[in-house]
Amino acid sequence: MNIVDLMPFSVLVPLIASAVVAMLPGRTLPWALTFLATLISAVIAALVLPAATDVTLSYPFGNWPPPIGIEYRVDAANAFVALLVSGMATLALLWAPISVNREVPKRQGPFYALFLLALSGLLGITLTGDAFNVFVFLEISSLATYALVAYGSDRRALLAAFRYLIMGTIGATFLLIGIAFLYMMTGTLNMADMAERLPEVRDTRSVRAALAFIIVGLGLKLALLPLHLWLPNAYAYAPNFVTIFLAGTATKVALYVMLRFIFTVFAPDYSFVVLPLATVLMVLAVAGMFAGSWVAMFQVHLKRMLAYSSVAQVGYMVLGVSLVTAAGLTAAFLHLFNHALIKTALFMAIGTVMYQTGSAKIDDLRGLGRQMPWTMTAFALAGLSIIGVPTTAGFISKWYLILAAVESGAWWLVGLIVLTSMMAVVYVWRVIEAAWMTERPANLPMVREAPLGLLVPTWILVALNFYFGLDTRLTVGAASAAAEVMLGSGVSGVNP
Amino acid sequence: MSDNGILRVVARFLIPLIMLFGLYIQFHGEYSPGGGFQAGVVFAAGWILFALIYGLEDALKVIPQRAMYVLAAAGVLLYAAVGLLGVAMGGRYLDFYPLLDSPHAAQQLGIITVEFGVGVTVATVVMLIFTMFARRKSEWKAILEEGDEET
Repeated sequence: MNIVDLMPFSVLVPLIASAVVAMLPGRTLPWALTFLATLISAVIAALVLPAATDVTLSYPFGNWPPPIGIEYRVDAANAFVALLVSGMATLALLWAPISVNREVPKRQGPFYALFLLALSGLLGITLTGDAFNVFVFLEISSLATYALVAYGSDRRALLAAFRYLIMGTIGATFLLIGIAFLYMMTGTLNMADMAERLPEVRDTRSVRAALAFIIVGLGLKLALLPLHLWLPNAYAYAPNFVTIFLAGTATKVALYVMLRFIFTVFAPDYSFVVLPLATVLMVLAVAGMFAGSWVAMFQVHLKRMLAYSSVAQVGYMVLGVSLVTAAGLTAAFLHLFNHALIKTALFMAIGTVMYQTGSAKIDDLRGLGRQMPWTMTAFALAGLSIIGVPTTAGFISKWYLILAAVESGAWWLVGLIVLTSMMAVVYVWRVIEAAWMTERPANLPMVREAPLGLLVPTWILVALNFYFGLDTRLTVGAASAAAEVMLGSGVSGVNP
Repeated sequence: MSDNGILRVVARFLIPLIMLFGLYIQFHGEYSPGGGFQAGVVFAAGWILFALIYGLEDALKVIPQRAMYVLAAAGVLLYAAVGLLGVAMGGRYLDFYPLLDSPHAAQQLGIITVEFGVGVTVATVVMLIFTMFARRKSEWKAILEEGDEET
């Protein structure tokens, strides 16, 4: 069995396993099968990445040749994202069992089945080369995610899930309208075929509308600034395991699909010319960086604080894209990967605190540094990474983003990036100050260090943050290969 | 609503026809408009009509909720298994040609089996959704009645 035949099983194994997991009783069995399926998926994704960097892999389903049949089309860009998604899911699952036993005490089979559906949906979006297939998998992952968010033990989780459902559905509808316009104008749904046929009809209003619809629809899924309103509550009230999984994967996949449409399907010399896309993305990215960090500085609920910080971090990624250079795209892909590591580590630390103390309010964290030293140290170290201190993964992505901005002559962006990093210092420092610089008030319960089952995965993530801050061969190599693929597939005449 | 004679007679007459039509759409799906999804919804509509007329408890005797869960997953697994069979016999996923010698018969067999899986899953999921909402009403009634007794 060669690598091409193996590649679609990265999506199929979790998808098929979800039907089995849904029927499994008890607690251990559903988790074990879920972990096995996710691990297999991650291993396949890891095997696919080196192969896909050399040549584009194509797998026609049912042996119907593309563009008639549905194909999975994997190159350096989506192999990188698929590895990130399946790897993050595996690490999140390591953290899961103790916390899920508390938050979802009964009927864990359907819960883990929904997780597997969400995962296979995200991987399907990433690997497929068919525009309509993107929409179908987007709906699979979104519907599963709405239900997962609603599992939260706080009753506000239901409202957050409903809000996410409404906004997510609007986003998916916009995407579907955009794809339908493209299908109407080109008569094909295969993305590569679409890219070939689009130049003939590119100067029509339908194609311009399609581009706008697709960007707005995916902007909603990506939580780009004015469309981010679903994110803070969904992240804050979902079960901790779900938050950890979503923070590292969902918005990343949305960004990847947006890049795929902007760069591969429409080609940058169309999408950045017909719409003032570079300006729009840059303004929204900078606004997101500031607004997200600003609001995060005043949040009392730490999961909400991290959620707003995610809005800001999406801003950094989109800022890289808006430069429309190879360096900018490399920085975007790098931050896509590194931010997943950072945010997963931070949410794991806060989730561990919530497991022990039952609260994620900053006032209830006072004096916790002495009682839960390992958890709070993990939070502080991951916090260094989100600020962008050298030797952390966060530094690498900010460094490349600044280099890209300088290369494009946008010196003022450097100032903005540094300024928003300072705002990150503020919101991380508030937590550290509360945990270490204040005494534990007498009315708060004394707690002990968290169980190892929660601490070890958190520390693995923290260690990865430092590993990828020192050894950048994998991340920078894969990110620049991904950026080249994105730009190379466009029409010539793009900025090098 | 089982005390209304007209409803009972009409339902008794219609339900078999609805289910038969559902099966027709299912097994004629590869020649004519239709297929597993539509067939599943039509078939489940017959069951829902039964539940509306004769009550949810009787309807759940026909197919218990637990069976719905299992069948919903089994339909997906049937689909996946046929897809994997294509891989096992040397083709691609969902490749039906290796299943039989004659290409037409192979495609037909593959599509009918896969669509049957879709039909089973869709029918049972529609029934499940109905059951969830119908159950909720009786749960609320129980809560309200308890409240009345207390006051």
